[in-house]
Amino acid sequence: MKVLILDKAGFQDWLRALAGEFDIIGPAENTKGLLDWNKLEPGELPDFRPGLPKSSIKTFFFPQPETLLEFSARPGDDQAFRPHEPSEGRRARLLAGVRPCDARSVALNSMPYASDPYFLKNRENVAMVGLACTQGCSTCFCTWTGGSPVGSDGMDVMAYPLGDAFALEPVTGRGKDMLLKASSAREAAQEDLAALDALKASAPSSLPDAMDPASVLREKELMSLYNASFWQGLSESCLNCGTCTFLCPTCYCFDIQDETLKGKGRRIRYWDSCMFPLFTLHASGHNPRGEKVKRVRNRFMHKLKYFPDRFGPLSCVGCGRCVRDCPVNIDIRQVMKDLLAI
Amino acid sequence: MSTVNEKITSEIREKVRELLASGHVAAFLGYTSGSVPMVMQPLIIRTPEDADRLEWNSFCVLNLANYLPALLKSFEPPRRPGDPPPEGPLPKVGVLATGCWSRNMVIQVQENQVDRDRVVVVGISSRGMVDRKKVLAAVGHRDVTAVYEYDHSLKVSGPGYEREINRWDVVRDNCRTCVHPDPVIFDHMIGDLKGERDVADRFRQVEDIEVLAPEDRWSWFSTEIASCIRCYACRNACPLCYCPTCFVDDSRPQWVGKSIDKADTAIFHILRAYHCAGRCTDCGSCESACPMGIKMRILTRKLQKDVLELYGAEAGMDMQSPPPLSTYKMDDPQDFILTESIKGEEK
Amino acid sequence: MNPYLPYPARIDDIIVETEDGNLKTFRLVLEDSNDREAWTHVPGQFAMLSIAGKGEIPIGIASSPTEKGHILFTVNRAGVVTTALHKMNVGDPIGVRGPLGNGFPVNSELKGKNIVIIAGGFAFTTLRATLIYMLEHRDDYGRITVIYGARTPGMLLYKDELTAWQQRDDLDVHITIDREAPGWTGLVGFVPTIAGQVKPSPENAAALICGPPIMIKFTMPPLEEVGWTDDQVYLSLENRMKCGLGVCGHCNVGPVYVCKDGPVFTRAQVQKLPVEF
Repeated sequence: MKVLILDKAGFQDWLRALAGEFDIIGPAENTKGLLDWNKLEPGELPDFRPGLPKSSIKTFFFPQPETLLEFSARPGDDQAFRPHEPSEGRRARLLAGVRPCDARSVALNSMPYASDPYFLKNRENVAMVGLACTQGCSTCFCTWTGGSPVGSDGMDVMAYPLGDAFALEPVTGRGKDMLLKASSAREAAQEDLAALDALKASAPSSLPDAMDPASVLREKELMSLYNASFWQGLSESCLNCGTCTFLCPTCYCFDIQDETLKGKGRRIRYWDSCMFPLFTLHASGHNPRGEKVKRVRNRFMHKLKYFPDRFGPLSCVGCGRCVRDCPVNIDIRQVMKDLLAI
Repeated sequence: MSTVNEKITSEIREKVRELLASGHVAAFLGYTSGSVPMVMQPLIIRTPEDADRLEWNSFCVLNLANYLPALLKSFEPPRRPGDPPPEGPLPKVGVLATGCWSRNMVIQVQENQVDRDRVVVVGISSRGMVDRKKVLAAVGHRDVTAVYEYDHSLKVSGPGYEREINRWDVVRDNCRTCVHPDPVIFDHMIGDLKGERDVADRFRQVEDIEVLAPEDRWSWFSTEIASCIRCYACRNACPLCYCPTCFVDDSRPQWVGKSIDKADTAIFHILRAYHCAGRCTDCGSCESACPMGIKMRILTRKLQKDVLELYGAEAGMDMQSPPPLSTYKMDDPQDFILTESIKGEEK
Repeated sequence: MNPYLPYPARIDDIIVETEDGNLKTFRLVLEDSNDREAWTHVPGQFAMLSIAGKGEIPIGIASSPTEKGHILFTVNRAGVVTTALHKMNVGDPIGVRGPLGNGFPVNSELKGKNIVIIAGGFAFTTLRATLIYMLEHRDDYGRITVIYGARTPGMLLYKDELTAWQQRDDLDVHITIDREAPGWTGLVGFVPTIAGQVKPSPENAAALICGPPIMIKFTMPPLEEVGWTDDQVYLSLENRMKCGLGVCGHCNVGPVYVCKDGPVFTRAQVQKLPVEF
């Protein structure tokens, strides 16, 4: 399919037309005036302003919480542990206005979750319309991590702002089908395509110099990074809160727990953080990462060394949410540089 | 640049250099600036040369008392429960303290978390710290690439804009209503003591909610915490929260569900606030640390107001006054604790 | 196939193993005959035991795959789930999710080798599975030596089997307790001491060691003294686990997941990892 051009009103009509099939979710101001993911009314446009929503999109693929199983919790129920998968399905969702870094996180998380039935089901159930970045943030660095501000990895349709309008490119078959409903779109003319090419070519250079830490760090010896002297100083200011992990699109660790209420039980998984001391606590009381420095190190080593060693890329898309919101300014870009210097 | 901050910064550096060089303290806990405007990094330095890394400005929002017990412990020989205390004097550490931070240190001493003799307090009378979120709101949440601080204003700039903002307009709510900017304990003072501030409507934020109907209060509270992600930055930034295992993390018994559930999140915030009753100094660290902009400080502020009204007490004002909620005076309200004979109601 | 969905099972028998009552062996039978027939595992693997409303706990499989029709788990009472399990009765429903992890390489690296099994305390469970398996395939292995110790005679697991193994002439069994005890006529001394006395030959041999970290630490020097190298020594690691599938992140030791890449590692592999277990 060709590239389509859609003005804002046309975009609005398109989303309205898709509302029959999807719940549409996009960046919008929350009650605190912060840009975050909110359900949009039919025809409501996502907020296209530069910058990232507060939260990542991981909650749509890795919900907080996810019901894994349901079971009877009636006392004395002989069938108490014949659990079954949750019966209730979710309506398909469309995320509109996804930035390239966030979409890429889904592809990265798919590596550890390759055979996770819940993640895969959610992935099937969520369509994404991307929005290219024409302006970087002072905290973001996607080009360091293998991404691009105009990257379309993980998207179904990619939208590029061209003046007051958008150029829309289908990325997947589903995206093609979705674009069939863009009734007021026109086919891109020669000059539109030229403008689009120019945008694609210029956008990445607006970000800090590209580098490829993943390939360098994969080559480095594990224990020399682990034993680096900077970890202690780095961890001293850390509050050991979960802000970085919970806002991070590629932090995917979870805990599993049973909840019971009025004769019904469910087994849920919910976000956990390797920053928390209880994450690794044994029933015996022994804790292999009992000290803060070990937990801080584990988070960065996982993203920058363990994950690349296993899967290739960094477990980081350079969205910079952790940099933006860490209460004590622990900056993963600096950690990366420190590791590269070893 | 702000002449006030420059002067304080250079005096801090000089004092700390001297404390470390003389061996009077083994480490010093202060602040340095980092990679993001308006976010300062707590910093522990151990050599006089590092004193020049210390900085002071209006963004030193986290209470340094929070780091004090662990820092002191790092200089103690490892010890198991029941082992005798180490012999001989242990190294001292130095720390910066404004009014509220110093009051938290008093509480830490009273609650046996900190040994006063091992802490060298370098006091600073606070001018009030700036709320980064207010600044961000003032510039429409656009990207901020640089912030220059003048004595009474901030110059904030980002891609395609520059704004001058009056400093006091963006000072944190807790600082704007602070009565005690001076440290209550100190061994050295940077600058002068300023005395108590006269604040009209200290508890205005709380009173505005108190006058609401119960359902509207609940609605305020529910909306306020709706975006909580349970990252516990508020708890972890608080010097009062030092339990080895917090009630929200406990699994035997498990008091609270661990996922995002309205009831669980509400219980967390309510209980967290209650654990701070009679101890909170309104330092505002919780709110400053919150990534989601939740004003959980209003809860502890309400308890502060109640403790002041019921018991005439403010937390950590001096070493001698015992914590209001761990003592009982005969004229305290809520005399349910008294036996009937004491109340003179015995039949 | 949903890997989070446990097989329904029932408790078929409960054996109190130790004098303090803290260790019980649960014999579980999978409810569905298809599941029962399909079940297979490798000695050294573990499974998640699921108790509705309480949660899951990873437990090493104490039975050999050659013991058909049931699965054994010897469980130490420690946390929420194991405490609940200890209160359960024969006939109670339970879930089993597994088998998980890699297990001992009984059909590859260990084949044709002289085997030395060294265990301390209740870490003997998956080594029991391994020993039973090896005895069922006796010709696949050379000399088999077992060194097993517990605090007191009453704390030894599988007492009847220990006695039977001691009678066999194709097995070299050394059972020890930490201190002299009334009525005990066997070996006395810590496992490392006994290992030093037995001096197993490292020639064409592999050692499988399970026990508290301190026991493993002190067992290595006497073995090294007689020429053992780290790549001949197999250890089974333990860490907090939740998913058992290498996803949830709890059990990582550096880049490896104990649940998926382990729990069995050679000591040579472990030496290259951070000490986070």
